[in-house]
Amino acid sequence: MLTDERRHALKTMMQAVALPPFERFYLEHRAEVLRVLRRTLGADRAEDAFQETFLRALRAYRRLEHGDHLRAWVLTIAHNVAVDVLRRERPTGELEEPGTEDSRPAYAELAHLTDGLPPRERAAVVLRYGYDLSYDQIARALGSSPDAARQAASTGVRRLRRRTT
Amino acid sequence: MTVPTHLDRSFREAALALDLVDVGFDVVESPIGPLFVAASPRGLAEISFDAEPEQHLERLARIAGPAVLRSPRAIDAAQRELDQYFAGRRRAFDLSLDLRGLPAFTVSVLRELARVPYGHTTTYGALAERVGRPRAARAVGTVMNRNRIPIVLPCHRVVGSSGDLVGYAGGLERKVALLELEGAL
Repeated sequence: MLTDERRHALKTMMQAVALPPFERFYLEHRAEVLRVLRRTLGADRAEDAFQETFLRALRAYRRLEHGDHLRAWVLTIAHNVAVDVLRRERPTGELEEPGTEDSRPAYAELAHLTDGLPPRERAAVVLRYGYDLSYDQIARALGSSPDAARQAASTGVRRLRRRTT
Repeated sequence: MTVPTHLDRSFREAALALDLVDVGFDVVESPIGPLFVAASPRGLAEISFDAEPEQHLERLARIAGPAVLRSPRAIDAAQRELDQYFAGRRRAFDLSLDLRGLPAFTVSVLRELARVPYGHTTTYGALAERVGRPRAARAVGTVMNRNRIPIVLPCHRVVGSSGDLVGYAGGLERKVALLELEGAL
């Protein structure tokens, strides 16, 4: 029979087999996360958002059961953090210049619009239209093929159209 | 594009301050070469002469959890005491140790090992006797060889019954250096 301590040790071990150590995950994705946040929030606000993104990721990391879609996962967290930053700012009516002219409105709007989509479709839509990633990149992030990524994005968009008309 | 140093450092410090780190590690300099040092909230978990972090991360994750993060702060206390030890200003370590995952025999041998005083040596056989397994000298040798926390758990103070230094997982020259530092050679 397993004692509690053994069961806990076993769980820790199973999890370690399924997930890379956080350090490796962080080193692999930190540059891209910062790049994406700078593009959507501008250099200054991106720094706080960067820290918040990886703190959220770290907090949730122990609860992950596998490491299959970590890139899409952390980009989604970064996206949510960026949306929170923009939402917090909106009531003041003093929006700073966004990092690029057109990315923020599309991005912020997408966050509201895609709220109720199935996770894969939402990720594909946000990564395609919010982050301007190619279908090849999205496929890598989601662990699927470019065709499947294109399919998920277009299904998501159709679903959104139905909802808004 | 790389992540600026200040940003990287501030994330790592925040992660530790918020208690989100299962094991923090860093590589520190010492007179016997760079050391990989890792600590969990329970205590010092590893010291290794193999200073390449990637060699250690998965094993640490299996023992303590997946939130393994490079974090100089996490090993502050250990680094301070190691520095004092290497400067000849510390003869005993006041660090709690994380020995999770080790078999009971190994733990009992390591507890006994921790009591071998600075500047003295003992033998594998004597250590075996002290844990009540007088014929287990060879098994004690294996425990020394796999010691996860050398220096602090002073396996360099254990020598052969004839006084030969025998061996050291970190290389015999390091064993000699540590014993010379302690004035035991």
